[in-house]
Amino acid sequence: MFVNFFLELRQAKVPVSIKEYLALMEGMDKGVSDFSVDDFYYLSRAILVKDERNLDKFDRVFGHIFKGLEAVPGEGIAAEIPEEWLRKLAEKLLTEEEKKQIEAMGGWEKLMETLKKRLEEQQKRHQGGSKWIGTAGTSPFGAHGFNPEGVRIGQDKNREGRAVKVWDKREYKNLDDTVEIGTRNIKIALRRLRKFAREGAEVELDMPDTIRSTARNAGWLEIKMVPERRNKVKLLILFDIGGSMDAHIRVCEELFSAARSEFKHLEFFYFHNCLYEKLWKDNRRRHVDTFSTAQLLHTYPADYKVLFVGDASMSPYEIAYPGGSVEHWNEESGQTWIQRVADTYRSMVWLNPVPERHWSYTPSIQLLQQLSSNRMFPLTLGGLDSAMKELNK
Amino acid sequence: MKFTGTDSYVASDDLRVAVNAAIALQRPLLIKGEPGTGKTVLAHEVAKALKAPIIEWHIKSTTKAQQGLYEYDAVSRLRDSQLGDERVKDIANYIKKGKLWEGFTHPERPVLLIDEIDKADIEFPNDLLLELDRMEFYVYETQQVIKAEQRPIVMITSNNEKELPDAFLRRCFFHYIRFPDRETMTQIVDVHFPDLQRNLLREALNVFYDIREVPGLKKKPSTSELLDWLKLLMVEDMSPDALRSKDSKQLIPPLHGALLKNEQDVHLFERLAFMARREQRQ
Repeated sequence: MFVNFFLELRQAKVPVSIKEYLALMEGMDKGVSDFSVDDFYYLSRAILVKDERNLDKFDRVFGHIFKGLEAVPGEGIAAEIPEEWLRKLAEKLLTEEEKKQIEAMGGWEKLMETLKKRLEEQQKRHQGGSKWIGTAGTSPFGAHGFNPEGVRIGQDKNREGRAVKVWDKREYKNLDDTVEIGTRNIKIALRRLRKFAREGAEVELDMPDTIRSTARNAGWLEIKMVPERRNKVKLLILFDIGGSMDAHIRVCEELFSAARSEFKHLEFFYFHNCLYEKLWKDNRRRHVDTFSTAQLLHTYPADYKVLFVGDASMSPYEIAYPGGSVEHWNEESGQTWIQRVADTYRSMVWLNPVPERHWSYTPSIQLLQQLSSNRMFPLTLGGLDSAMKELNK
Repeated sequence: MKFTGTDSYVASDDLRVAVNAAIALQRPLLIKGEPGTGKTVLAHEVAKALKAPIIEWHIKSTTKAQQGLYEYDAVSRLRDSQLGDERVKDIANYIKKGKLWEGFTHPERPVLLIDEIDKADIEFPNDLLLELDRMEFYVYETQQVIKAEQRPIVMITSNNEKELPDAFLRRCFFHYIRFPDRETMTQIVDVHFPDLQRNLLREALNVFYDIREVPGLKKKPSTSELLDWLKLLMVEDMSPDALRSKDSKQLIPPLHGALLKNEQDVHLFERLAFMARREQRQ
């Protein structure tokens, strides 16, 4: 039973190892869990889960393996679903006839009742043993994630004891992998991009050198100092702005503010859709205050790391042909300019806020993917992580 | 040795089990959670409950794992050698014990708090693997092995600024302190301010959870901020009505400085409150 539990956890991609399994056995041997199911749940959770992102997966597996372990009377479906989704769902699942019946029978209460039954039926058809609606992407809600403002169905408040088993509450839903990409998270990802070097004023005691010099000095103390270590990575960020990028403005803002506090040598410029001969720093004065791309290539030395941020979604002509720009007449194609940047800067990546699975449908994304020699990454935490690894190479 | 919470710390069931597991199985307990949910305080309370001494090791970005074991003060030895000090003959005089050493050799079983481990360099946790696993280390200068006679209760807190390496996590138990719900929060406040007026508390909690609900706050107020704010409210002798007042002049709660910690948040809150008022009036 426990072996199954362990194996299923591994299958659900909760990183558990034999060491932890043995620790759990040891814990039970020592009677930490006190023979109560709740305590066993807490104990196994403390031992087997090492990251809050995995707590929800753990809860799901636990619920599945130990289903019916502690039968709670009258236990129905306990899920938190916002009302509007339920209404939508009701529309989907209930036939016209049923809807009319419901209306005749009287309103929302009845609707919920029917819906609950329907959901129960539907559950049984789900694969992968996911217990509740909304898990493992098999349910109609999967894409929407968790909403705290939910209504509960199948839960009677007046019942004695707890209505829902602890693990079935799935309180950690919102800590699951779809971590919002917040400034803090971005900063952590950006920290991968650090290269420490000693530069500037000498403020730290250099122990090995002090000892060496003192020894050479026949025992007379000679103190040697070194400069402090500092991050010397230089970063050049080029943001696509306006048009189709408006939808991604928040995540770009977050990326920008995180990057700004993380790097000392940070330069940024804006472009629209594709990189051409001009860039600008202030979007309000974009037609007045421009900076030529050629100058950019000369101004910032090749040890700058270049980060393009853009959805790369446009007509392929805007990239491939002179005069393809939607805003002005460009003498040289965007392709040429991007190629120049790629030739100048060895470390270059493209971050794309468009979800990766949509990339193959947009020819311009593929084109730019090629131009950046497959160094395009989605603007998610994972993508950012891989992008930073790429830049560090 | 069992931890059941103390009269000044409300521990949820899951936290209790996690702490007891860590004590019984002698593994380090890694605690994560929003800032201000009582991660560091937990270690103090565990020490208090078990009547064990507490040894605190606060980690900074410059902290090295070696510093927790011991440091060899070569410079003062060099200086002493020039001054002809007798102590210079014994290298042990210049070995400074670190917090782990202290913890390992303490006559009683202590609680060892390694606070904010995520602040240290990325390699820091890896450098402590063996030491935390076997609870022993080797002092090269004096060629002795320091071994814990009784394994200290190790508590490690993290604010999630860095991912910890898997090998390190394998050796720890883990607990994520969730943000307390209203019921637990009432208990927590009771523990800290037993003579707070009921209705003031209710209003204050309303305001507090409302603020936490505001979308887009840079830093949501947490338990410790709530406690500070309540303390202020009590000092100022604020009446529950003042909190409830829907007076349009006063858009944000009194003494909000304790809850909202940056001007963007205050600004955002003011704007939202203003909009809410306007809607109400229409």
